Amino acid sequence: MSRPARIALKVVVWGLGLAPLGALGYWVAQDDLTANPISFVTNHLGDWTFRILLASLAMTPLRILSGWGWPALLRRLLGLFAFTYAALHGSVWILLDHFFNWGQMLEDIIKRPYITVGMLALTLTIPLAVTSTAGMVRRLGARNWKRLHRLVYVVGICAALHFLWLAKVGRREQYVYAGILTLLLAIRLGDWARRRLRATAQRSRSRTQPGRSFLRPPTGGAGHAAPATTAHPRPEAADERSHAASCSGHPLSEPAPRHPLQ
Amino acid sequence: MLIRRAERFTSSEITDEKLFLSRRAFIAGSCAAALGVGCDAGAATAPSLPPALPGTRNEALSLKEPPTKWESATTYNNFYEFGVNKEDPAREAHRLRTRPWTVQVDGLAHKPRTFDIDELIRLFPLEERVYSLRCVEAWSMVIPWVGVPLANLVKRVEPTGAARYVEFTTLMDPLQFPGQKPGLFNFSGLDWPYTEGLRLDEALHPLTLLTVGMYGRVLPNQNGAPVRVVVPWKYGFKSAKSIVRIRLTADEPKTAWNKAAPHEYGFYSNVNPNVSHPRWSQATERRIGEFRRRQTLMFNGYADQVAQLYAGMDLRKLY
Repeated sequence: MSRPARIALKVVVWGLGLAPLGALGYWVAQDDLTANPISFVTNHLGDWTFRILLASLAMTPLRILSGWGWPALLRRLLGLFAFTYAALHGSVWILLDHFFNWGQMLEDIIKRPYITVGMLALTLTIPLAVTSTAGMVRRLGARNWKRLHRLVYVVGICAALHFLWLAKVGRREQYVYAGILTLLLAIRLGDWARRRLRATAQRSRSRTQPGRSFLRPPTGGAGHAAPATTAHPRPEAADERSHAASCSGHPLSEPAPRHPLQ
Repeated sequence: MLIRRAERFTSSEITDEKLFLSRRAFIAGSCAAALGVGCDAGAATAPSLPPALPGTRNEALSLKEPPTKWESATTYNNFYEFGVNKEDPAREAHRLRTRPWTVQVDGLAHKPRTFDIDELIRLFPLEERVYSLRCVEAWSMVIPWVGVPLANLVKRVEPTGAARYVEFTTLMDPLQFPGQKPGLFNFSGLDWPYTEGLRLDEALHPLTLLTVGMYGRVLPNQNGAPVRVVVPWKYGFKSAKSIVRIRLTADEPKTAWNKAAPHEYGFYSNVNPNVSHPRWSQATERRIGEFRRRQTLMFNGYADQVAQLYAGMDLRKLY
């Protein structure tokens, strides 16, 4: 993708990411926050946290299904927007809803499962946001960084549970959100399984025809793991490699881009 | 910005009617100006104030707190027949036809009867009572209701000795209540028609109000027109709206929310800060228009009047 196209794409995402905040600002100015402003603002921020989180989690499946490279460019930006909305959502709960009533908040966190998982999701997004810079990727090393950023799956599942558990009977959006999350995770899982199967097939082929092993095409993005397995095929190493390649998943920016378009 | 706004809310009072009307006119006017034409759609859905329906203020049974703003009380509603969102009832309310309307009062009664709504309104002298309304979702409002003690009506049909409960049924009509339409996801919704119930002694309690108006006006559709009950010491959903039938029974009636989620909503559903909803605390509430949460009071502050109804009962079990 050309540089202007990349910039245009990011401008669009910035615009979309800021739009819900803009809408909120407009409603504040118009004095139009319903009869229960705190509840309305909390729900608005929570809804958009989840929507943007799903958007960020959709980028890798989109790349897997379409073969396009550009979705990977947006993961970090979307992830950071999701973190921003999550932090605002949590701040409203602490500052406006409970107004620093720490005792009651603590009780809620311990006793109300939907708040427990919500808090857990919010807390887990902090290390992800903190390590989102290129410098942090270098410092942690690509492997550790990827491992850390798999936490986003836990965040997504916690967010879905948060919504499922707080919603009243008769509401349905929570099922739609949980369904989308399930689909997105299923696509990754399918891709992971496909790569794993392919790796296994190649391994058995290289065993039966050891002389031709050098012809084996590269299988994944984590290139640095490949040489060891080429020389001495070990089942666990192959597993690890294919896992690293396909479950690199959400990482906010991918240290070792593997797609031809990138 | 938010905090400033919230503080302004604390001096909640009924919006002056002239101001309210002028604001509507202003909105309509500016809308027309902006479009260069009239805005029929806006005008058609803009709620007009219902006709006056005054009652004599019952000071002894009225809360000494400023009522919630009319606009809040008529735009922030739980009335699933119109939709599950708070703003749905106000938007869909125009679909409900409240005339002609009859209320069938029957079951275990010596003189069961069907009352025409206009007859019902004239049957007893109307009272105004300012009650606190506590929603199970931990928010509350202060509403000046207009109505008569439900006991008046129940006694009129002369319950038999076997009658121990009262069941209320809300109108069933998906054309007027879009929320009652069967849909793809309605498997988890409420079982229509909405039914609620009270023990007979609760129904006969002087606080239990058969309600036909609020704020000195005819009850708006989104608030349960043309007739509802208001049981101020119970969570709001116990106060059935748009009632078409009141039935005296020997057995505890099945109630809509109890059927939908029995572990969350009991038959009694008395306001009780010590018994949490399984998913959230009931210890505090947000009074609509206020910034800080308030402590929720036992029986919503009506403990002196109603606690004796539940003497000896374990309210943790019979929530």
